[in-house]
Amino acid sequence: MRDEGLKQKLGFGVLLMATLVVVIPVLAIVILIVTKGWGALSWNFLFTMPRDGMRAGGIFPAIVGTFTLVFVSIAFSLPIGVMAAIYLSEYAKDNWLTRTINLAIINLAGVSSVVFGLFGLSLFVIFLKFGVSIISGSLTLGIMTLPVIITTTREALRAVPRSYREVSFSLGASRWQTVRHSVLPRALPGILTGAILSVGRVAGETAPILFTVAAFYLPHLPTSLSDQAMALPYHLYVITTQIPGIPEGFRYGTALVLIGIVLIMNIAASVLRSKYRRKR
Amino acid sequence: MNGQQVAAAWCPPAPANSPVKIRVRDLVVTFGKVRALKGLSIDVLENEILTIIGPSNSGKTSFLRCLNRLSDLDAQAKVAGSILLDETDIKRGISAEDLRKRVGMIFAMPIPLPLSIYDNITYGPRMSGVRDKAVLDRTVEDSLRAAYLWDEIRDRLRLPAWKLSGGQQQRLCIARTLALDPEVILFDEPTSGLDPISTAKIEEAMLELRKTRTIVLVTNNTKQAARVGMRTAFFLMGEMVEIGPTEQIFTAPKDQRTEDYIVGRFG
Repeated sequence: MRDEGLKQKLGFGVLLMATLVVVIPVLAIVILIVTKGWGALSWNFLFTMPRDGMRAGGIFPAIVGTFTLVFVSIAFSLPIGVMAAIYLSEYAKDNWLTRTINLAIINLAGVSSVVFGLFGLSLFVIFLKFGVSIISGSLTLGIMTLPVIITTTREALRAVPRSYREVSFSLGASRWQTVRHSVLPRALPGILTGAILSVGRVAGETAPILFTVAAFYLPHLPTSLSDQAMALPYHLYVITTQIPGIPEGFRYGTALVLIGIVLIMNIAASVLRSKYRRKR
Repeated sequence: MNGQQVAAAWCPPAPANSPVKIRVRDLVVTFGKVRALKGLSIDVLENEILTIIGPSNSGKTSFLRCLNRLSDLDAQAKVAGSILLDETDIKRGISAEDLRKRVGMIFAMPIPLPLSIYDNITYGPRMSGVRDKAVLDRTVEDSLRAAYLWDEIRDRLRLPAWKLSGGQQQRLCIARTLALDPEVILFDEPTSGLDPISTAKIEEAMLELRKTRTIVLVTNNTKQAARVGMRTAFFLMGEMVEIGPTEQIFTAPKDQRTEDYIVGRFG
């Protein structure tokens, strides 16, 4: 019996170690970025234009650019993704077409982000003549996030018990009314989760915006969707590798702002989600 | 075994004084290779409470779900045979939505939608396009009164429906169905999860509703069938063994299997 107890403890210890291995790098990253980047944060850093070949001034255009990309791409991919998921989960019959679509979605999720960038370049920038612009970059990012949104939305819809649908149908509701009034309200928190995941991904990706929207150095704000824009991840790449003599604090400050934005958006979405949950 | 003939042999002619509300002929329901109903013919008479008893897997619920075409939702279920509501074929003569407004259903577990009490009851009418607040208010009160729930919750109509007790929830579900003023109500073991007092209230409501509507009650509880049923049918393994006046089924069943089930030798 004592042998079993020892095994238990050993097993428990191994599992705990595995968990720590996951947590430690996360903590290390956050601590590193916060300690090194905190000093760089200031009103000037956040809200002024870069000057002197980005060696001085702030990162305001990159912050604005990242926010713009997030909102435009989600505005594009969330409705399309949710509608596709509703079709697949509530309407589509299990036939070869549905199976092919499912396969396509899985594969789309596995495509590496630089390939999306190349695809965006050839389709939006060159073929559709949108040029290197916010609209090209947002559409590219939007397509990249579609599989995430579709998959999470579909899971959320599937998690709604069948009995709710049956009750709605038994009260004479049509299929669309059932989806709209009985299924979607209950699936909303799950759908928001998908949107949250996408926001983080869109804000942080570099490769898809590399050829489609990102400006190297643009000391003014974009005025329309057909303008180029700076974005935080690409800006970070540029000041880290392309320009010598940049104060170290700038790099970590930029990284801190990037994870800060994702964090703030996640918190905002979580608050929204729990508000919806509490309503029922 | 030829179930079709067995079932048909026991289907009694409708008494002259009550017209046939639902006429079912040769109903076959299959799930893949499993035959849940093997050729059922039965008449449901207007303003009766027809109770259906039988052990699990006897096809009771499958039968009920055919009557409002909820079976359509099950991709695996295949339904053959004919069902006539007031002599109209429910597959060809009427849309599924309109059918379900005329043939309501109460499920085994009360399932309030994640809405307020008020919005639960008005769900059906709202889906049919009723917007008039006064009409909806009236419907809510009438339906709740008919379901014996009005006095208990009249001041709490804006409360989320799931805050009610189990018995109240089931009566709310009855009120929700009544809001559509259906001609037929299908009860699928409506009291299986409820305490005796709640059960009594629901049986009382059924007896009252029968005066203006037709009721089909599937139940696992033979005593309940004896209490509220006017006619009772005994289902076994996808076939109807026997149908007759409830009293006769419980006192002098014609088939040995019916007697065995009622006295509790199996099931």
